[in-house]
Amino acid sequence: MSQPFAKLPAWADYGLLPLINLIVAFFVAGLVVLLVGESPIDAAVLMVKGAFGSGDGVGYTLYYATNFIFTGLCVAVAFHCGLFNIGGEGQAYIGGLGVAVVGLGLGNVLPWWITFPLAIIASGLVGALWALIPAWLQAKRGSHVVITTIMFNFIAASIMVYLLVGYLKASGTQAPETRVFGDGGQLPGLGWLLGLIGLNMRSAPLNISFLLALVAAFLVWVLIWRTKLGYEIRTMGYSPKAARYAGISEVRIIVITMMISGALAGMMALNPIMGAQHRVQLDFVAGAGFVGIAVALMGRSHPAGIVLAAILFGMLYQGGAEIAFDMPNISRDMIVIIQGLVILFAGALEHMFRPTLLRILQRVARVKSQPTPAVAAEGGQ
Amino acid sequence: MDTFTVVLQVLDSTIRLSVPLLLACLAGLYSERAGIFDIGLEGKMLAGAFAAGAAATYSGSAYVGLLAAVLISIALGLVHGFASITHRGNQIVSGVAINFIAAGTTVILGQAWFQQGGRTPSLPNAARFNPIDLPGVETLSGIPVIGAIYSELISGHSVLVYLAFLLVPFTWWVLYRTRFGLRLRAVGENPAAVDTAGISVPWLRYRAVICCGLLCGVAGAYLATAQGAGFVKDMTAGKGYIALAALIFAKWRPVHAMFACLLFGFLDAIAIRMQGHPLPLIGEVPVQLMQALPYILTIVLLAGFIGKAIPPKAGGVAYVKER
Repeated sequence: MSQPFAKLPAWADYGLLPLINLIVAFFVAGLVVLLVGESPIDAAVLMVKGAFGSGDGVGYTLYYATNFIFTGLCVAVAFHCGLFNIGGEGQAYIGGLGVAVVGLGLGNVLPWWITFPLAIIASGLVGALWALIPAWLQAKRGSHVVITTIMFNFIAASIMVYLLVGYLKASGTQAPETRVFGDGGQLPGLGWLLGLIGLNMRSAPLNISFLLALVAAFLVWVLIWRTKLGYEIRTMGYSPKAARYAGISEVRIIVITMMISGALAGMMALNPIMGAQHRVQLDFVAGAGFVGIAVALMGRSHPAGIVLAAILFGMLYQGGAEIAFDMPNISRDMIVIIQGLVILFAGALEHMFRPTLLRILQRVARVKSQPTPAVAAEGGQ
Repeated sequence: MDTFTVVLQVLDSTIRLSVPLLLACLAGLYSERAGIFDIGLEGKMLAGAFAAGAAATYSGSAYVGLLAAVLISIALGLVHGFASITHRGNQIVSGVAINFIAAGTTVILGQAWFQQGGRTPSLPNAARFNPIDLPGVETLSGIPVIGAIYSELISGHSVLVYLAFLLVPFTWWVLYRTRFGLRLRAVGENPAAVDTAGISVPWLRYRAVICCGLLCGVAGAYLATAQGAGFVKDMTAGKGYIALAALIFAKWRPVHAMFACLLFGFLDAIAIRMQGHPLPLIGEVPVQLMQALPYILTIVLLAGFIGKAIPPKAGGVAYVKER
C-alpha cells in the first residue's frame, strides 16, 4: 500500500518546509539571474539593501506588503473553504470603484477619518459583489470558481478601462485616470511610526491602510479559528460531504466565504488609491491580486504567515526596483519569476520534499530515542 | 469599399485571429480530456512564442523557431505533469505558476539577450511562416464571388493556419477512433477503470500533457513567426484564457472547439474593425465590451443558460493508485 503522507511536526510543517520551498525557489531564480549574466549574490545583497537600507526603502517595502496582505488574506480565506479564488486581481480593481465614489464624492467635504471608514465599506462591498456571481455559479451550478474568477478578472479590466477613458476621466487631461481627490480623500502617512524606530521616511507612500491590513489579518484569524462560521468554512474545505452531513448549507458557506474573500481584495484598493496616488489610475492593482496567491501559499493560509510572506514579497518588489538601477538586465519582472517559482514549489510541488523531510525527521527521532549501544547491550541481557 | 470586400476582410482576419485560440484550445482539449486541468495554456504559448522568436532570430529559419517553441512548451508541460501527476499537486496552482514563470522569464531573457525592452528583433520574411498560395488561385480568380473568396479567404495563409484547421478532424479521429483516444477519454472520466485494465494512468496522462505542450508551442510559434514578426512582451494577452473559455464553450469536443474559436476570433476581428465606426441604431459599441464578450458568453454558458458544460469527471483530481 502506498503510504498516505504522515503528519509532520508543526514546526516543520509551518516553518521548515516553507523555508525549504522558498530556498529552492530562490535557487532556481538565481539560475535565471546567472543566465542573464549577473551575480545572484550581488543581486540579493542589492535587493536587501534596497528594501531595508533606508527609511524610504522600509516605507516602500511595507507599502507593497500592505497590498499583498489584503490579497493574500483574500486567497487564504477562500482556500480554507476549498475554493481557489484567482479573481483577487479583478475584485481589487473593481473595488477601486468603491474608493473612487467615496474619494471623488466626499473627498472635498469630509475629513479623512470619516471618509476612510466609508471607503472601507464601499471598496469591500464592491469587491464582495464582484465575487458574488462566481460564488453563486459555483454553489448553484457547480461551475468551477477558478474559471469564472479568471473570466471576471478580464471583465473587470474591461469595465475599468471603459470607465477610466470615459466617465471617470478628469476633464482637461489625456491620461486615463480620475482627478486627484480632495484632502478628505487622502490617507495620512505613517512616517511617525517608522520615526519611532529611528527611521526617516521622506517620500514613501506607506499609509494608515497598513494598520488596517494588520487589523484585517487579526480579524481573519478570529473568523477562521474562533467563530462558528470559520469552523463551518474549514469543515467545508476539509470535507464537503461531512459538512453537508452536519447540516451546513453548502450554498450559504460558499457564497459568504467568497464574498468575504472578495471584500478583502476590494479593500486592497484603498492603499494605492487613497493612500498613495489619491486618484484612480489604469491598472493600479499591478498584479498584486496574483501575488496574493503566492503569499497565501507561502503563508500556509495563516494570517501570521501571510503577513510575513507579504513583507517578503514587499521586499522583493521594492528591492527589485532598486536592483534595476544597478543591473539593467534585471527588471521588476524578475519578481514575477520568483512569484511563479514560489507558487510552484510552495503550492503545486508542496509534497515533493515532504516524504524526504519526514523520513529524515523520523530517523533523527529514532536515533535520539535509542539508548547508547553500551546501555542497549546491557539492557538486552 | 463595398460590403462584400468588408465582409471578406473581417472573415479573413477572423481566421487569422482564431488560429492561436484553436491551437491552444485543442492543446487544452488533450490535457483536460485526460483529467489534467491546464490553466497554463497561456504561459506555454507565451514561452513558445518567445522561443520561436529567439530561435528564428539566431538561426534565420522559421522551422528552427517552431522546433524551439515546441520543445520549450513541452518542457513546461512536463513541469506541469511532474507537479500534478507525479507529485499529485494542485493542477490549478501548478498552471498558475507556469503562467507567471513564463511571463517573467520571457521578458527578463528577452531584455538580456536582445536589449529591446523584452521584445525579440524584428524577423525578416525569410525567417517567418509566409502566406502560401493554394493551387488554382490564378485560374479561379476570374470567377466573381467564388474567386475572391478562394483567393482572399481560403488561400493566402501561412502553413500553420492550414495545420491548425487540419488538426481539428485529426483530433476528432484520435479521440474517437483510436485506442489511444479511447484510453485518453477514459482516464479523464474514470482513471481507476483504466488502471484496472492494466494501463498506466501516469504514462497516459504524461502523453496527454506532452500533446498539450506540443500544440501550445505551435500556437506560440504562430504568434511570433507567422502572425507577427518577432516576439513582443506579453504577446499572448489572455489568449490562453480565451482558449480555455472556448474549450468550455465547446464542451470539450474538437469540432465544437473550432466553431467556438472561430466565434471568439470573429468577435475580436469585429472589435478591431468597428473601432470608430458607429453601428446603425445602436451607436458606437465600446471596444471594451467586444473584448470582454468571449468571457461574458462563457459566464452565461456556465450559468446554464445555453446548455450545461460538464467537464471530464476526473478532471483536476490526482490519481492515487491504491490506498
